[in-house]
Amino acid sequence: MSKSSKKMTLNKKHNMTGWIFLAPGALLIFFMSFVPMGKALMLSFKTGVGAAMKSCGLMNYTRMFQDTVFVQSIKNTFFYLIIQVPIMLILALILASILNNKDLKFKGVFRTMIFLPCATSLVAYAVIFRSLFANNGIINWILVNIGILDQPYSFLTNTWSARIVIIIALLWRWTGYNMVFYLAGLQNIEYSIYEAAKIDGASAIQSFFKITVPLLKPTILLTAIMSTNGTLQLFDESVNLTDGGPANASITMSHYIYNMSFKYVPNFGYAAAMSFLILILVAILAFLQMKVGDKRD
Amino acid sequence: MTKGKKIAMYTFLSIVSFISVFPLYWMVCAATNKSADVVSGRLIPGTYFLENWKALMVSQDVMGSLANSFKYAIALTLLSLVVSSLAGYGFEIYHDKAKDFVMSIILLAMMVPFVATMIPLFQMFSKAGWLNSTIGFILPTISTPFLIMMFRQSARSFPHDIMEAARIDGLSEIRIFFQMFIPTMRSTYAAAMTITFMNAWNSYLWPKVIMSDTKSQTMPMVVANLTQGYVTDYGVLMLAVLICTLPTAIVFFCLQNAFAEGITGAVK
Repeated sequence: MSKSSKKMTLNKKHNMTGWIFLAPGALLIFFMSFVPMGKALMLSFKTGVGAAMKSCGLMNYTRMFQDTVFVQSIKNTFFYLIIQVPIMLILALILASILNNKDLKFKGVFRTMIFLPCATSLVAYAVIFRSLFANNGIINWILVNIGILDQPYSFLTNTWSARIVIIIALLWRWTGYNMVFYLAGLQNIEYSIYEAAKIDGASAIQSFFKITVPLLKPTILLTAIMSTNGTLQLFDESVNLTDGGPANASITMSHYIYNMSFKYVPNFGYAAAMSFLILILVAILAFLQMKVGDKRD
Repeated sequence: MTKGKKIAMYTFLSIVSFISVFPLYWMVCAATNKSADVVSGRLIPGTYFLENWKALMVSQDVMGSLANSFKYAIALTLLSLVVSSLAGYGFEIYHDKAKDFVMSIILLAMMVPFVATMIPLFQMFSKAGWLNSTIGFILPTISTPFLIMMFRQSARSFPHDIMEAARIDGLSEIRIFFQMFIPTMRSTYAAAMTITFMNAWNSYLWPKVIMSDTKSQTMPMVVANLTQGYVTDYGVLMLAVLICTLPTAIVFFCLQNAFAEGITGAVK
C-alpha cells in the first residue's frame, strides 16, 4: 500500500469517528426539537381532542388574532421585553465596567453580592417577590411605616403595578447574570487601553462609549439574543408571581399556551398554532439583532 | 479618580448590592420566624425554624421531592455533559464541510422556544409511557445546542500536537477524548455543569407538564403548591423556598470561579 492511500484511509477513519462522536447529540436534538416542531406545525392545522382531531385549515391562526387574551399576552410579553431587557443590559454593562476598575476595593465582595440572585431558583424568586409585594408583605409594611402610603397598596392586583413588579423581579434575578458575561468579556480587553485613554484625557464616560461598548459588542449581542429569547418564553414568573392576573393583565404568551393546553379544556391544535407564532417571533427578532450587530462593524 | 467620584461609585455599588441581597436575607428571616412576626415586619432571624420545619414536612412531601429533584438533575447533568461535549468535540476536531453544515442546523434549534415543542413531546412521551419518569424529565434536554456550541468552542483551543503525539503513542480516538480532552477542559466542564445543574433544578414548565403524580414532583413544584392556599404561612413558605434554593446556591459557590473562567473562554 502506498503512503498516500494509507493516509486517505486514516482520514476516512477519523471522519467516521467524528460522525460517531456527534451522532448521539445531533440525533437527540433532531428527535427532541425538530421532529416535535414539525408535529406542532401539523397539529396547528387541526382542531378537536385526542383521536377525534380533524383538519381545520387556517382557523387556529385566524382565531388567535381575535382572541383578546392572546393579544393581551403578546402585548404583555413585548412590554416586558422592551422595558426590561434594555434597562437590564445597560445596568449590567455599567456595573461590569465599574467592577473592572483596578483601583476599586472589595471588588470580589460586590461581584458576589450582585451575582447572588442568580443562585436562586426561578420559582423560588418568583415566590419571594410575590411575598415581598403582597398586601401584608414587607414592602407595604415599610411604605406604610415611613408614611409614604396610608394603607397597603395591592401591587399584585392592579394592572400596571403587577406588570412592573414582574419587571422589577426580572431585573433583580438577571442583571448580575449578564454582568458576569460582560466582566468575562472585559477580561479579554487589555487594561492598558483604558490607562492610555486616561492619559490622553478621556473621561470615564468617553472610554465607556469609545472602548468598552465597541469592544464588547459580540458579548452584548450574545446577551441581547439570550435575554430576548428568555423573555419571549417567560413562564415561571407569570405563573408564580402574579398568576397572570389581575384578569390576565400580566399573563405571558407561554403561560397562556400552557393554560390552553393543560389547564382549561385541552385545545392542542390552537395552542400549537400560538406556539408557532412565538417561534416565528423569536426567529425574526434574533435575525434583526444579528443584522444590527453586523452593521456597526 | 477624584474623591467625589469614588464616593459615588461605592454608594452606587452598595445600593445595588443591598437590593440584590435584601430579598434573600428577608427569606432567611422569614424561614426562621412565625408568620405573624414576618407580617409585622420582623427583620432579624428568629427561633421558629423547627416549628416551620415540622409544619412544612406535614403539609408537603419535601424529602421525596428533594430526592426526585436531585435524581433528575444529577442524571441530566452527567448524561448531558458526556453527550454534548462528545458532540462538540466531534464537530470541531474532525470538522469538514458536512459537519459544519450539520452544526449550523443544530444552532437553529436554539431558536425553537420550548412551548413550540412541548405539546408534541407530551403526546410522544405519554404514548411511550414516560410520564412521571426520570427518562421523561431528562430526554428533551440531554443534548442542547448551547452546550454543544460551548464545547465546540473550547475544543478549538485543544492543542493539535498533543493529539498527534497521542495518536503516535497508539491511543484510540475515544481514549484521547476521555484521557486528554476532559482533563484539559476542566473549567469548561465546570461551567457547563453549573449551567446544566441549575437549569435542571430550576426547570418548572416541563415537569409541570409531565409530572402529574405527586410522587414524581420536583422541589420547585412543591414551592409553587404552597402558594395555592388562601392564607399564606410565610414562615413555612420561605423555609421551602430556602430548601429549594440551597442546592443551586451551593453548586454555584463551589464552581463560581470555574464558571467565570469557562464563560470567559466561551465569549472569546
